[in-house]
Amino acid sequence: MIRFEHVGVTYPGSERPALRAVDVTVEEGALALVVGPTGSGKSTLLRAATGLVPHFTGGLLTGRVLVEGRDTRTHLPRDLADVVGVVVQDPARGFVTDTVEEELAYAMEQLAVPATVMRTRVEEVLDLLGLASLRRRALGDLSGGEQQRVAIGAVLTARPRVLVLDEPTSALDPGAAEDVLAALTRLVHDLGLTVLLAEHRLERVVQHADTVLHVRADGTVQQGDPDEVLAVASVAPPIVELGRLAGWSPLPLSVRDARRRARGLREGLDAGGGSSPTHVRSLPAPPAHAGDHAAPAALLRADDVHVQHGRVAAVRGVSLELHAGEVTALMGRNGAGKSSLLWALQGSGPRRRGTVRVAGRGEVAGDPSTMAPAEARRHVGLVPQDPDALLYLESVAAECAAGDRQAGAPAGTTARLLRGLVPEAAPDQDPRDLSEGQRLGLVLAIQLAAQPRVLLLDEPTRGLDYGAKRRLASHLVAHARAGGAVLLSTHDVEFVAVCAERVVLLAEGELVADGAARDVLVASPTFAPQVARIMHPHPVLTVDELRPSLEVGA
Amino acid sequence: MHPWAWWVWALGLAVATTRTTNPLVVGLVLLAAVVVVLARREDTPWARAFRGYLLLAAAVLVMRVAFHVVVGIKGPGQVLLDLPRVPLPEWAVAVHLLGPVTVEGLLGAVYAGLRLAALVVCFGAANALANPKRALRALPAALHQIGTAVVIAMSVSPALVTSAGQVRRAQRLRGQEPRGPRGLVALAVPVLDDALDRSLALAASMDSRGYARAVRAGGDRRVAALLLVALLAAAVGSYGLLDATTPGWLGVPVLLAGAVAAVLGSLLAGRAVRRTRYRPDRWGVAETVVAASGVLAGTVLVAVTASDPALLEPSLHPLRWPALPPVVVLSVAAAVVPALLPGRPA
Repeated sequence: MIRFEHVGVTYPGSERPALRAVDVTVEEGALALVVGPTGSGKSTLLRAATGLVPHFTGGLLTGRVLVEGRDTRTHLPRDLADVVGVVVQDPARGFVTDTVEEELAYAMEQLAVPATVMRTRVEEVLDLLGLASLRRRALGDLSGGEQQRVAIGAVLTARPRVLVLDEPTSALDPGAAEDVLAALTRLVHDLGLTVLLAEHRLERVVQHADTVLHVRADGTVQQGDPDEVLAVASVAPPIVELGRLAGWSPLPLSVRDARRRARGLREGLDAGGGSSPTHVRSLPAPPAHAGDHAAPAALLRADDVHVQHGRVAAVRGVSLELHAGEVTALMGRNGAGKSSLLWALQGSGPRRRGTVRVAGRGEVAGDPSTMAPAEARRHVGLVPQDPDALLYLESVAAECAAGDRQAGAPAGTTARLLRGLVPEAAPDQDPRDLSEGQRLGLVLAIQLAAQPRVLLLDEPTRGLDYGAKRRLASHLVAHARAGGAVLLSTHDVEFVAVCAERVVLLAEGELVADGAARDVLVASPTFAPQVARIMHPHPVLTVDELRPSLEVGA
Repeated sequence: MHPWAWWVWALGLAVATTRTTNPLVVGLVLLAAVVVVLARREDTPWARAFRGYLLLAAAVLVMRVAFHVVVGIKGPGQVLLDLPRVPLPEWAVAVHLLGPVTVEGLLGAVYAGLRLAALVVCFGAANALANPKRALRALPAALHQIGTAVVIAMSVSPALVTSAGQVRRAQRLRGQEPRGPRGLVALAVPVLDDALDRSLALAASMDSRGYARAVRAGGDRRVAALLLVALLAAAVGSYGLLDATTPGWLGVPVLLAGAVAAVLGSLLAGRAVRRTRYRPDRWGVAETVVAASGVLAGTVLVAVTASDPALLEPSLHPLRWPALPPVVVLSVAAAVVPALLPGRPA
């Protein structure tokens, strides 16, 4: 059980409290979902429950936090290790040992658990999380989903009564995320663990939650039943948006419930000839494919691209064209070769075989890998997975000025682009103090200053809340409408449904599907967005497509 | 396999190579190390690094020969390559820039280079066969905290190299080639930023998993006192040992007393650390065989070279085929025994 009694947290050097007047209780055996916009203090709430705030991070904690009856003011995180297990977003950063088995035993060694007990507990956890086949594997060789399950197992062996997880699935592909969540719900249901879970992508977890803690932008926390809180929360997955729009009460949170409620909606679409549903039919018409007679210009053409990393063939013979006016999503499992392909297309990454040609402004084709970096980025801009690596100056204004200089753009270009993307970023702020989404916006502005027509983005949606994703989507679509081409890799199917017209699917370095987003997504059991699952067999991807028929219906 | 068994074995081989420049003996030792690594290594990152050690050894050999040709002292002998000698000023009397390369001089350089290369390979073999982290974790309890710190430091340096590579690559996307002082800042800031983030994340993870939990705050006063005594004894003892005018008891006896204090102190400190080990490496028959085979090779060579220093020393003047006594061959053959141990390495 976790109890926050009138808790406030203020970090040193900050005028505004990160949390204030928090009075919440998570009962034993409950799965509590922590939601809220980026930078609202979700992580602070989680860290306060583990004692890391204030013992590790510094800062002033008022009120008190009780975890299984232990007061975090008098207990250091290490003294809570036997009651609270902590799992973070990037498990690889928290690994202490080399192999799965040793990692599982690490916490028990620190707690001086007898050797025989350790053996049995390791075996139990290996079975519980389906890790038995990986027991001797090196941690670095595991996939993202496997690493995350090992991280959960590594805290479970200490037999904690509480699990605290900070965005455990945000870096995972849909399949791996399902595995992790399935393991979690099993722990809650079978072992009665109390789970405190923060997530940005609520669509998969909200149905499993017993209670929701909504951290508001001002640092206050609202607690309630999932359907009540989400009906008014500032963040909402598509299923909730649909429910709100249709006026369903109580709000359905699982696809199963929503399908029952949406029967009338689907029948309305079936009728077809009726007055309102025809709007739905008329909507799905991606502009890029609108007329076949006016074939869109290929801005980038890749032929038979191969990328090799040591012994691993990351990309194997991918041929791809990117057209003007098109947003394309690159999807596939963790380790399917998405990043390698993006880097190879940009020209900075290695390419073993194959050709890449970009259309120049004067229609002169060139290979970006043979151009100077400053020239290549005028044709193809890439926002890498870790945008922080591009930032090195001490203020946003300095980064913008350097961006103008490097892009050869008139002074103020980057700053103007930044104002469009992230209006709230102050020029004198240190880039490292910006939120993840704001830093992404800054890097995007720097890359756009060189006016590349082809824009590549590697996992741009990590750590973004629904509002930031919506803004990003509209900017990407605007870039395409202005005659550019966008290729973005992502695991976020809902984001793809909103902004991409075309989906390219990679598996083991090979291109397995390339088609209209609607065809690829609706047909796939793992990649189908929530609305498509609810409206099946109607090929509808987003709530916005249903809006006209719902409004007329109401 | 206990990691220390491999280290003892490799140490024995390393001692063997340092006793002689005989290319046949050194070559045999080198071969033994490579054969055992090939037979016993697993598919692990540290085992994959063995290739790197082989390349390093080859580079050492080539460097040694190249140095001889360019700046080595050229003695008399059969001239192989008559390079002109570059005249140097009077004070550089110990350096010969170029000059005639003789068969004897070249062979001498190869022998010396081979010995260095064999040392590198022995070190690499131990690293490839024994997980370096496990080796450190087998330290006594008192050194547990230090061992953990070293283990983490060991994982930080490769991470820094990877991170620097990634940042360089990312910065090219901005159209800038990191060069000069500005490039250094552009490279260093994100790399250090990332390294700090990484270590903080690791520290937080270790803290919430109970690391250093059982240690009492402030430590044990007796431990501090004992270690202070040991340190003083080490200083005074070394002084007594090296200065001939001091009385005899100030040398070895004081050093021994210091060592006893140090052992007592670490035992006490070890008692304060309450932790257990998951599947600790056991020292069994196989470990004894591995360690003994290396020690045997080392001792035999020490004994042979001590009894007849000239026996194994290859003669360059006059040039003669190096000798290879059967007892040496047998002892080096013993060092290959670990390759024949039954069962896959655990």
